[in-house]
Amino acid sequence: MRSRHESTQSLETSSMRHATRYAKLTLAAAGALAATAIAASALHAQAAKAGAAAPILIKNATVMTVTRGTLTNTDVLLSGGKISQVGKNIAAPAGATTIDGTGKFVMPGIIDPHSHMASDATNEGSLSVTSMARIRDVINPTAIDIYRALAGGVTTINVLHGSANTIGGQNAVLKLKWGRSGAEMVMPDAPPGIKFALGENVTRKNSNNINIPGIQAPPRRYPGTRMGQEEVIRDAFMRAKDYKAAWDDYTAKSAKDKTLMPPRRDLELEPLKEVLEGKRLVHAHSYRSDEMLMLLNVADEFGFHVQTLQHGLEGYKIANEIAKHNTGLSSFADEWSYKIEAYDAIPYNVAILMRAGVLTTINSDDDGRARRLNIDAAKLMRYGGLTETEAMSTITINGAKQLGIEKHVGSIEVGKDADVAIFNANPLSVYASVEYTIIDGEVFFSKEKDVAMRAAEAKERAELEKMEANMAPAGRGGRQGGAPGAQSSNAPENH
Amino acid sequence: MPRTQLSAALLGAALLSLGTSTRASAQLGSYNPAPGPQGTYAIKNAHIFPVSGPEIPSGTIVISKGKIQAVGANVTIPAGAQVIDAAGMNVYPGMMDAGTSIGLSEIPQGAAATIDIAEVGNFNPNAQAIYGINPHSAHVGVARVVGITHVISRPTGGILSGQAALINLAGFTVPEMSVVPHAAMVIDLPKAGGGGGRGGGAAAFLAAAGGANAQAQNQQRQRQMDSLRTLLRDADAYGKSQDAYAKDKTLPRPKRDAVLESLVSTVRGVEPVMFPADRASDIKAAVAFAEEMKLKPIIVGGREAPEIAGYLKQHNVPVVYTHVLALPSREDDPYDQNYNAPAKLAAAGVQFSITSGDCCSEVRNLPSVAGMASAFGLSKADALKSVTLGPAQIFGVADKLGSLDVGKIANIVVTDGDMLEAKTNTKYLFIDGRLVPLDTKHSQLYDIFKGKPLQP
Repeated sequence: MRSRHESTQSLETSSMRHATRYAKLTLAAAGALAATAIAASALHAQAAKAGAAAPILIKNATVMTVTRGTLTNTDVLLSGGKISQVGKNIAAPAGATTIDGTGKFVMPGIIDPHSHMASDATNEGSLSVTSMARIRDVINPTAIDIYRALAGGVTTINVLHGSANTIGGQNAVLKLKWGRSGAEMVMPDAPPGIKFALGENVTRKNSNNINIPGIQAPPRRYPGTRMGQEEVIRDAFMRAKDYKAAWDDYTAKSAKDKTLMPPRRDLELEPLKEVLEGKRLVHAHSYRSDEMLMLLNVADEFGFHVQTLQHGLEGYKIANEIAKHNTGLSSFADEWSYKIEAYDAIPYNVAILMRAGVLTTINSDDDGRARRLNIDAAKLMRYGGLTETEAMSTITINGAKQLGIEKHVGSIEVGKDADVAIFNANPLSVYASVEYTIIDGEVFFSKEKDVAMRAAEAKERAELEKMEANMAPAGRGGRQGGAPGAQSSNAPENH
Repeated sequence: MPRTQLSAALLGAALLSLGTSTRASAQLGSYNPAPGPQGTYAIKNAHIFPVSGPEIPSGTIVISKGKIQAVGANVTIPAGAQVIDAAGMNVYPGMMDAGTSIGLSEIPQGAAATIDIAEVGNFNPNAQAIYGINPHSAHVGVARVVGITHVISRPTGGILSGQAALINLAGFTVPEMSVVPHAAMVIDLPKAGGGGGRGGGAAAFLAAAGGANAQAQNQQRQRQMDSLRTLLRDADAYGKSQDAYAKDKTLPRPKRDAVLESLVSTVRGVEPVMFPADRASDIKAAVAFAEEMKLKPIIVGGREAPEIAGYLKQHNVPVVYTHVLALPSREDDPYDQNYNAPAKLAAAGVQFSITSGDCCSEVRNLPSVAGMASAFGLSKADALKSVTLGPAQIFGVADKLGSLDVGKIANIVVTDGDMLEAKTNTKYLFIDGRLVPLDTKHSQLYDIFKGKPLQP
């Protein structure tokens, strides 16, 4: 299924997925897999820690800085977790690891502004306003897709709440430090954000026709139309303004009157108060141009800023209006036609928006797609004629700006975090693949090491599978039993 | 008649006028501009990639009557030919995606009436894609402008899903598009542990998860397999009785039967059978079933095909591989498990083709999908073959399609770079020897909105 559309659909597809998974694996087999995965992650973590302190010097590469042009035969020195030098003939400091960059391309680590990776839950969609729910509470740092995204050159992701409700939960901006804890992945300097959502995923018109025996369709939940969505936002911000006024009053008067009681903290309205104060970024899922314009107008009325429109597939129809609001947009490169509100989506969206002056990015919204955002960026050169640097900016610096972290990441500049991906060819070529992905100066993906570890992992897996504890109980199917579920794990014939 | 120099400007003007006339049509059943007539064309000074033979760094291709008339470094351009100077451009055979359902499904979510992909019930060999394809689907235009000139479009669902068609992606009517109306039967065998057929899938998984119904599920699967075998044997007998009667009219006249009739060329091993199968065990089960029933199998999906590549090679079974872009299915699979699957199939000598992995709107990703397989071990030549001559060979149409050879259907793409690169632009497109305008629903909307003035 297309998990990228995250919506209300995720609720059903994820339960289906779990059912599938459960049926495919006996508990014992599942245990064996989990054990293998954990062992693998431990190995990767060790590999990462080993390189932590040493500076890395990349010699003689083509360096796509994105903000300062593309430099050939250039060296990049990473030390102390930062990009410390970019230039020719840089001498290797003591203890530095040198990577021969001849024929290779260095680019800033890819930034994915719309992801649901590594979160154990996506939608708290039972209410129309769930601003109190936080993605950072459900980060799963062992999600294998983190590692797979690293292998695609991704270093930073914006993990968003789903789009089942008009005002969703709070996001988390992560650096993909595979092998570390969730807390170590959260980027401390990223301003907080919140997900809003408009259109079909919120009205849930696509999700009440479930036809799976044993799974009940969810009850209808207000709002069921775009009219209701406008009202939900209006109502929430009226309450948020009152709440803010109560706190402002208290703050002003409590200086003189220490006996005053503070207003009761409200976890739903607190994040919306921060939106009104410009301290929390709004990332609004939206498709049709009319709903985007509605949100921009309501935001004007209440005096808050919409940082980004997410998807915004019809953004090109109101590019000038979006530009006027200084709102960014994060689109798919070329996804379309998967639902009614995506039927007028065009791959020229990014080109039209960029030329109108909108800060534009592309995103994955999908763990599979996250691994090839460089190829999605290349498509923009075909559709609308973006230059190489413009195409690269949609997966690097522009995403950093949309997330308010451009001082730290998004380009290859001295002083920025040492987050880079090294490709064996131009990353905008379909023939390119990643050799190293580096975050804060540490190697978190090395193709060479990955390949070298495969034999050890296969051996470990084989040993685990042979253990008594990992054999399926008699009569319950499993690998040897031949019952349903056993079939996915036939022994490969040529091993 | 003097030789006409067909300038890009002239073509551009022709396309522009078509574009203007279609601007109001950005809606369901979007209008794809009509291809031109089957004229005589010469593409000269081109870097030619025939696929069937070595590259020609600078050569000419002559097209007329819908066919390739000449290809080579020293070709005489016939009088009256419209000439395209392709200096600095590449010329390739048009690509083929063998895994689509184009024209059968437009908007999967929220527009159920646009989905004509799966018939009701389990056994529908007489459901023919060729009668369900919407020639005006917007997906047709969007796929062809990247150089995908023909596709297999197949029905899904049930066990005997129906018959797939091989169509050109140009034409106002399906008969105009049709190349092989009955290109393959689709048989989705009920899978052990669920999947395939009605009553498989989610219901089977839920039952299997419960444990208690596993046996009942297996019994249902056996019953379905028995019904399928009976139907195929009946079709064989039906074909024989019709043949006998054709030769000897004194025999009792056998009653005709639309279902059995549609299966005759399948059970005779003439029309191939596409078996959707991903797990190694399901692939082997499909091959064993095909051998038992004397069918001509093509595996579609093939996720675990690399694990049993030796077996597939030994049984001479081709694979339409659909998973290049899919995430590895197991947590501890290597990250590039599916990226490098085509390279593994190629190394083992298995006949295969690469598909976009999508049924409809995203079929246009085909070139970059094949290119990515090349980033992970497949040679560039094999990647190109996997979307041109490879699928044509699998579906038995390599005499008509798949390479730039004299006598083949003139499905030809002229580009400004490597056809598999995502950034490459198509400059000219020929389908069935007709010049196809490079206008789509997308380019039409682009033209309308790219210059939208700012409201005061």
